[in-house]
Amino acid sequence: MKTIEEINAIKAKMQAQLNMRSSIDNAGDTRIVVGMATCGIAAGARPVLNAFVEEITKRNLKNVKVTQSGCLGMCKLEPMVEVYVPGKEKVTYVKVTADSARRIVAEHIVNGNPVLDFVIGNE
Amino acid sequence: MFRNHVLICGGTGCTSGDSPKIRELFEKKIKEAGLENDVKVIMTGCFGLCACGPVVVVYPEGSFYSQIKPENVDEIVNEHIIKGRIVSHLLYKDPEIKAQETVTSLNETNFYKKQSRVVLRNCGVIDPENIDEYIAYDGYQALYKVLTEYDPQQVIDIIKQSGLRGRGGAGFPTGLKWQFAKNAVGDIKYVCCNADEGDPGAFMDRSVLEGDPHTVIEAMAIAAYAIGSKQGYVYVRAEYPIAVNRLSIAINQAKEYGLLGNNIFGTDFSFDLEIRLGSGAFVCGEETALMTSIEGNRGEPRPRPPFPANKGLFGKPTILNNVETYANIPQIILKGPEWFASIGTEKSKGTKVFALGGKITNTGLVEIPMGTTLRTIVEEIGGGIPGGKKFKAAQTGGPSGGCIPAEHLDIPIDYENLIAIGSMMGSGGLIVMDEDNCMVDIAKFFLEFTQDESCGKCTPCRIGTKRLLEYLEKIIEGRATLKDIDDMEKLCYYIKDNALCGLGQTAPNPVLSTLRYFRDEYIAHVTQKKCPAGVCKSLLTYKITDACKGCTLCARQCPVGAISGKVKEKHVIDTDKCTKCGVCMSVCKFKAVIKE
Repeated sequence: MKTIEEINAIKAKMQAQLNMRSSIDNAGDTRIVVGMATCGIAAGARPVLNAFVEEITKRNLKNVKVTQSGCLGMCKLEPMVEVYVPGKEKVTYVKVTADSARRIVAEHIVNGNPVLDFVIGNE
Repeated sequence: MFRNHVLICGGTGCTSGDSPKIRELFEKKIKEAGLENDVKVIMTGCFGLCACGPVVVVYPEGSFYSQIKPENVDEIVNEHIIKGRIVSHLLYKDPEIKAQETVTSLNETNFYKKQSRVVLRNCGVIDPENIDEYIAYDGYQALYKVLTEYDPQQVIDIIKQSGLRGRGGAGFPTGLKWQFAKNAVGDIKYVCCNADEGDPGAFMDRSVLEGDPHTVIEAMAIAAYAIGSKQGYVYVRAEYPIAVNRLSIAINQAKEYGLLGNNIFGTDFSFDLEIRLGSGAFVCGEETALMTSIEGNRGEPRPRPPFPANKGLFGKPTILNNVETYANIPQIILKGPEWFASIGTEKSKGTKVFALGGKITNTGLVEIPMGTTLRTIVEEIGGGIPGGKKFKAAQTGGPSGGCIPAEHLDIPIDYENLIAIGSMMGSGGLIVMDEDNCMVDIAKFFLEFTQDESCGKCTPCRIGTKRLLEYLEKIIEGRATLKDIDDMEKLCYYIKDNALCGLGQTAPNPVLSTLRYFRDEYIAHVTQKKCPAGVCKSLLTYKITDACKGCTLCARQCPVGAISGKVKEKHVIDTDKCTKCGVCMSVCKFKAVIKE
């Protein structure tokens, strides 16, 4: 038999997973867009995308949405990631890896400081 | 962790459109792409927009794909899932929004924008076969709150304050019903759920059970605590296999988690729930007949009083509520009665789910706050009538209800208003009719249904509905006199006053309401022997006008060889041979065939 604590634990765990389905129409969401065209995938965008999703779930960040986009036109700089924080100019990261993805979440999404090491123009 | 959730509608409408196959294909393709740990495929309950089924929604983008066929799955997986490119040509297109602005999120569509989802909040959002997803959306929190914070009387007071009324049709205050059962003397009491949705065209309760079965289980446990019951029954029709299956899964999961059974949440409260299948008799939706059927007897009503609150199932105090009524309960407990009472009109609180059907663009399931006008439902949410035809009437309440004509389109929908204009809320079927529908024919359709479904126990219903149907057939065939119309009307009132149960008492309503608003159509059938809408075959003749070019197409297509004529000359229909099948009219390229 489950106690209310166990039910609440299930609730917390599941909410993190289902967050994706409830935040769709919220204009105040932060969006992390990963380039997932052929070029991006070939350069290793898939583990990057997964790293973002995992990190955000682990930290239980609400109102952050990870989506995919097609080719941004600079295939040699893939995997590319664009971060849109409401009210701020978008930040474009290039040659992102799973490790740098985790740093982007920690420093940019959580603390609000874009990781200048990976932004376009610094590659 | 999943980066995409693919939600596939598993409601009955989409299932018949092959959605289980679509789900299988998605799972196969995603596995082939090696993404089974990245992308989750979920079968949900009804999304509501059945006209556009099968529906597939991909999150986090919330892309709303409509009318998906198995052969589209490849493209969605390859483009959207693998490469992140939304497949725009498969997205739902809102007719009101300009073509280039395809809608990606369902909340932006006119269909969803005007709705307010309380009962259907989880339908199309969660996986109904996974209790954890229900828990994620506050599932079973209301039950815990009730068991640990309130005594039974407080629970009933909350329901009373909320103003919730029965959604099965009659609109009896739910809190009061519970109070009667609580006050009734007896050790054994029962909680029952009426999921025997029998109105032609109604599928609200089915969709709730298919999309969110746990909410009904939780609400029934709350009701049991309030009245002091240990055992509940859900009476659901066997024709709803998906609903029955999902409800059984949900009950087993709840038992596994100890949310049904002994000492729920470690308290003294114990409650168990069983499913009873109905075999599809309409009368078993009537409360006393339903209980007789659960007891294992032939489903026939019995006179009231005694009311079920005092002497119900197996002679014990019983409450019986409808699926939609229950689905409101956990929300009322969690958000408070004031929240619920703030929605709706003075005497009808909350929302109502309608199954929208008939001559309407967006056939489907809608939930609106009480007090919304019929015009909003038909024109805005429903997307109007296809083919630019004119609205004639809407039928609510199924065979027990009546027609609402165009002049009452702006009446706010609530229990009292609908009764006042000769219809009723009913369980929520809403059938839209346009100028091509004959109102006498509609009345006959419903009478055929009630006559067939009459259980035969009481004479007014058994014989009365049969005689009523005979009058209607007489009118439709052009054999009636004006006196027949008056006699028929008298018979209607006789049946209403004398039938034993709700089935018989309301069976004449379709006749009475069409007589009230469309008497001229009845009279036209009788005096001019004409059907103004061109529906009643006996009163129609097909004719070929001078527009005929003599192409011979109609003559070749006529199944009985009733059309004669030479090439390039006007053809003629032999009315004696003509069976009025209408083939000639549909094949004619020059609109030369008309019916009168």
